Amino acid sequence: MSASNRKSKLSRRDFLKIAAATTAGFLAGSANPVYASDTSAEGTWGMLIDLTRCTGCNSCALACKESNDLPQADVVPESLDSDAFTFVEARQVVTANGEPETRYVKRQCMHCLNAACVSACPAAAMHSSGEGPVIYRPNRCLGCRYCQVACPFEVPRFDWDNGVNPVISKCWLCYDRLQAGQKPACAEACPTGTLRFGQREELLTQAHAQIASNPGRYVDHVFGESEVGGTSMLYISDVPFDRLGFPTSLPQTAPPEETEKIMSKLPFVIGGMAAVMTGTAVYTHRGSIKSTESDRTAEQSEPSHPTDNQEE
Amino acid sequence: MELLSPLMWIILALSIGIPAFFILGARYVAYRLAGQPTSVPGPATGAFPVRVPRFTSRWRALRTLLMVMVLGTGTGIILLRFVYGIGAVTNLSDQFAWGLWISFDVMSGVALAAGAFVIAATAHIFRIERFKPLVRPAILTGLLGYFLVVGGLMVDLGKPYNIWRPLIHWQHRSVLWEVGLCVATYTTVLLIEFMPVILERLNKFEGIAKRLPTVPLYRLLKRVSIVFVILGVVLSTLHQSSLGSLWVLMPGKLSPLWYSLYLPVFFWLSAVAVGLAMTIVESTLSSKAFKRGLEIDLLADLAKAASVVLLIYLAARGADILARGAWPLVFEPSLQAASFWAEIGLGVIMPAILFAIAPLRKKPAVLFSGALMVVLFGVVLNRINVGIIGLLPYTGNIYVPSWMEFVVTLTLISVGVIAFGLAAKYLPVFPEEGEHASH
Repeated sequence: MSASNRKSKLSRRDFLKIAAATTAGFLAGSANPVYASDTSAEGTWGMLIDLTRCTGCNSCALACKESNDLPQADVVPESLDSDAFTFVEARQVVTANGEPETRYVKRQCMHCLNAACVSACPAAAMHSSGEGPVIYRPNRCLGCRYCQVACPFEVPRFDWDNGVNPVISKCWLCYDRLQAGQKPACAEACPTGTLRFGQREELLTQAHAQIASNPGRYVDHVFGESEVGGTSMLYISDVPFDRLGFPTSLPQTAPPEETEKIMSKLPFVIGGMAAVMTGTAVYTHRGSIKSTESDRTAEQSEPSHPTDNQEE
Repeated sequence: MELLSPLMWIILALSIGIPAFFILGARYVAYRLAGQPTSVPGPATGAFPVRVPRFTSRWRALRTLLMVMVLGTGTGIILLRFVYGIGAVTNLSDQFAWGLWISFDVMSGVALAAGAFVIAATAHIFRIERFKPLVRPAILTGLLGYFLVVGGLMVDLGKPYNIWRPLIHWQHRSVLWEVGLCVATYTTVLLIEFMPVILERLNKFEGIAKRLPTVPLYRLLKRVSIVFVILGVVLSTLHQSSLGSLWVLMPGKLSPLWYSLYLPVFFWLSAVAVGLAMTIVESTLSSKAFKRGLEIDLLADLAKAASVVLLIYLAARGADILARGAWPLVFEPSLQAASFWAEIGLGVIMPAILFAIAPLRKKPAVLFSGALMVVLFGVVLNRINVGIIGLLPYTGNIYVPSWMEFVVTLTLISVGVIAFGLAAKYLPVFPEEGEHASH
């Protein structure tokens, strides 16, 4: 596992950003400046995957393994696994002309803008970089696997055969390469132009323009534009997405929005419950302070039998 | 995994050795305590009934043998899990990452421990003093429940040595972070609430009471106990409900029979109901085991309260299903619908009716079976429905717990039952302490 090189170091740029965000948070008097970077879609990286162009050459999957030091770097992966962050799935479909054809679908983490796994993680091991990539930090992980249960795309993989140090594996959009000013390894390797890396907003505009300027070629839908509140990975296709194994019943809002609504009510639950219980206790114990005092004096007079008084 | 490798021999030896060490150790401690009656001076001796456990019948010997076998197998499986990984002993997979240990050990374990905060609040905050005799056993049940939850987590977590990290890396958005923080704090609160029971026993040893400040500590804890009772109610309300919120994050995965934005409310209401029911079950069982009298009037009052809570819970669940339009699913011929009916019919409606009728709830057999139905169907099955059965339509039928998962769960329950028995025997948990004890 490339645990060590996946650890992101705090660069000077990050430091300035954190400092700026903190200051802005204080100035704005915002209750939770921590959330600010997670949901803003502006200025984040993304990838547009044009499924009509993919030939299934697997260059992306192999480049991914090499770049991330994953084991068996020369074996083409056939599923997401603890040693494969991405793979290309071959699907038999019937096209609009009625002919059977193969479509190749690259699968990997969708890098949700407001990711369920990030919201789920109790130790911030799943972490939103704020620039698009959702990053996993193995040294913080408890191995609770709530990220797996929460992920709407069933992406995170766990080391089920590791007894003491199992980690979660998933694509991290080559965050190390992004910081060095490079493209993700898969996009760099793609020879057909299927994988286009850039700013998410620009890619969205391009995707819609491409659909509009090729009438009848594409399904009029950019998968990832609004699913679960938007994802950094965007797909366009000539075959309806449900036939390519994409989940179809996803909510259009990010799932963490619901749990955050509940979490934001907790201070009131704490305050209300504490107030009601304390009020009740004060009411039921009124006038009994004196008797407690006398109990205590009685106990003190007989120190060897403190348990005779059965009162709790 | 290789059978008969040196590692397997070591695991086998440890699975026999570790339970044997604890059982023989317990017997040795009991023997030493019984062998030195001089350490318990004066009138206190009579109130300290310690005997070396002897096998008084073939059934008892068989029971002990069975227990040792379960503990030994469980220990072995837990060791295997830490050598070959969670996948080697469970049927869990990337598509089904949470199984029996989360649904039963953690989610049901926390719910079944709810008696501690419900009874403590009844007796101390609402100050209905006749319930005081039930407080200590309820707190003991709660405390052991939480130790089992933590025990289950230590096996289920991939990296249990990182369990402290949520305490450091605060995650306001994470429901699981809040649950973790509350479980850790509340286990500590339960320990503090149970401390007076331990101190009361220690105070009987003059040697200890002279050297250690156990008597002042006992008095201090008694004086501030109400603070911890209130803290217990607040913390319990938070994490009992939040265990339900965990599943709110998964719209589309959990069957609409259970998925609701009000899951936290349902989890809290059912926890209150099962807190009452579990107190009835635990009182009945320990009255049988320790040949104590049964506080039938007290327990019938609890049953009456439980019936009110169950009816509120039923109305809330019904209204929710109608409002979400999920009611047609209830009448579909599916495993989920059957499990839903078992949960609601046997675990909520039936006991609510039984407990609502005064002459019925005064009968010990009805009281016990009604409470057991709330525990097994109303809450344990509910948590399993939410955590396993309700997810199967989405994932496909890919998960049934392995026999090894069952044995580990059984091991943890056994440890809890043994600990309850030991505590009830050697500590003043029950009000009549010593008088009705087995001799």
